[in-house]
Amino acid sequence: MTGAPITETRIVTKRLHERPDDSWTIEGALESGAYDALRRVLTRGDPAAVQEQVKLSGLRGRGGAGFPAAQKWSFLPADVYPRYLVVNGDEGEPSTFKDRMLVERDPHQIIEGIAIASYAIGCNKAFIYLRGEFALGYERLSQALADAKSRGFLGENILGSGFALDIVLHRGAGAYICGEETALLESLEGSRGMPRIRPPFPAIAGLYAKPTVINNVETLSTLPHIMAMGGDEYAKLGVNRSTGTRIFSVSGHVNRPGNYEVELGATFRQLIDDLCGGVRGGRKVKFFIPGGASSQWLTGSDEHLDAPLDMDYVQQTFGVMLGSGAVMVFDDTTDPLLVGWRLTKFFAHESCGKCTPCREGSAWIEKICYRISHGYGRPDDFDLLLDVADTVCPGLNAPFSQTTICPLGPSPVSTVASLNKFFRDEVLAACGAVPSTGAGQ
Amino acid sequence: MTSYFSDANLARAQEIVARYPQPKSAILPLAHLAQDQDGGLSPEAVEEIALLVGVTPAQVQATTSFYTMFKREPCGRLLVSVCTNVSCLVNGGPEVLEHLRRRYADADDVTVEEVECIAACDGAPSMQVNYEYHERLTPATAEGLVEEYRSGRRVARTISGGRVAG
Repeated sequence: MTGAPITETRIVTKRLHERPDDSWTIEGALESGAYDALRRVLTRGDPAAVQEQVKLSGLRGRGGAGFPAAQKWSFLPADVYPRYLVVNGDEGEPSTFKDRMLVERDPHQIIEGIAIASYAIGCNKAFIYLRGEFALGYERLSQALADAKSRGFLGENILGSGFALDIVLHRGAGAYICGEETALLESLEGSRGMPRIRPPFPAIAGLYAKPTVINNVETLSTLPHIMAMGGDEYAKLGVNRSTGTRIFSVSGHVNRPGNYEVELGATFRQLIDDLCGGVRGGRKVKFFIPGGASSQWLTGSDEHLDAPLDMDYVQQTFGVMLGSGAVMVFDDTTDPLLVGWRLTKFFAHESCGKCTPCREGSAWIEKICYRISHGYGRPDDFDLLLDVADTVCPGLNAPFSQTTICPLGPSPVSTVASLNKFFRDEVLAACGAVPSTGAGQ
Repeated sequence: MTSYFSDANLARAQEIVARYPQPKSAILPLAHLAQDQDGGLSPEAVEEIALLVGVTPAQVQATTSFYTMFKREPCGRLLVSVCTNVSCLVNGGPEVLEHLRRRYADADDVTVEEVECIAACDGAPSMQVNYEYHERLTPATAEGLVEEYRSGRRVARTISGGRVAG
């Protein structure tokens, strides 16, 4: 499939590209329209109208799950206060680096989004849970919060509207699991970051057992633009139920790795070739991981490369997800077993240990993948690997059936299922070429 | 009773606790503050944090021991965190790690650790030195950067990524 090369559609990344030297400062942000949307929202004085615009926009969460943002807000019970907005800035999904960019280079856009969302849902105290390793991001966001407050965009009686909002910036301390929303709440309450069983859902009993909405950094960064454009206009961008733009973090063997804001509906090939300059050395794509380490993989086939960036299409057609927007591209020299092992090592390390299938399963999957990828494969290792994976996710059919509280459990199984689907011969060869009996199929 | 925290940090600690509807939420930020002050999380710090937030030292220990950024073992003044997750794996991250590990095996002031994805995959292979990012590394350039911090030509953050208070 060929056509005119695509270009970026810069909405959320507009300011940081236009003002590379000062996009994160209050002066730079104000000169490029920061807080205009908030001012209009507060002047109009109708929280329900904000919710309506977000609903019309079709905005879906940009953290990974893709849940409709307006619907998430609508689960809050009426007349129960206080209620909290918690911002998920604990970006840790391997190869995702979009939220770090937004935090470091456009913190005022996030703050404006938080203020608009808080006004819409009737929240007066919001928390930003920022990944602990983001030291520069923490500094910039701290400064931005202080500047926003001194200019009257936060605090009591914001812009004379009577609306009050306090934002607490909270640093994590190195735990991938805290990107899972209930583990994040546990961590924010000062505990080990272990996911909670739902129900109750956070909307009913979240932070401090109060009604809580948790939104991703990119999701909130989009809100000022939805309010400025109007939900209808925003929904004209994109494809089907994947409206608007998303920032894709592309890395691996491409000529120009980086964050690219793309209108949804473009194809993986356009993202990789048109925006990233193709694969290094003119090589071919062997396989790529389309939505972060938790997603199943796709290959360099035309069918996969020409698939549209449409959350539902890729899920229904290939059983993969756009997830966090991280696209990892691997050329034809790459050893898929080595990449697979490294991903399972990640999940084994980050398992919080609460659920047995994940705690034990991820560790065993990693051990077996290590053997297979490092020349120690045993004849029955593939069967054993599939058997363990099948215990964590019975059936191994997408979407996985889940035996754990949170989605970390099935994540290393995505790797195993992908190896089984696309690189069976390589795995068998590494195990000594004894045919699998197909356990777990 | 004298506080574990310096006077300035004690004031900051109390201000941090007051931000939260429930004081226990302040455990993580206070542990970061302790590391900013002393380059690690000592048992004395744990006890002081427990007092400040109104829980037992065991509860503070239970929480903080979950998180990799809190260093309860002796840690060098410089914490070099090298990523080897997949985008760095295919771009030479493990070679950078191996080189730095060998080079600083006997250096008390430098601790080299392997870390999971630090969200700098477009600059792979990447590392952080006290949470300052460095990208597109080779074993030689990585060592050169660490040496600049060692000699003071680059000013390092604390091992919790903060700035040393003046």
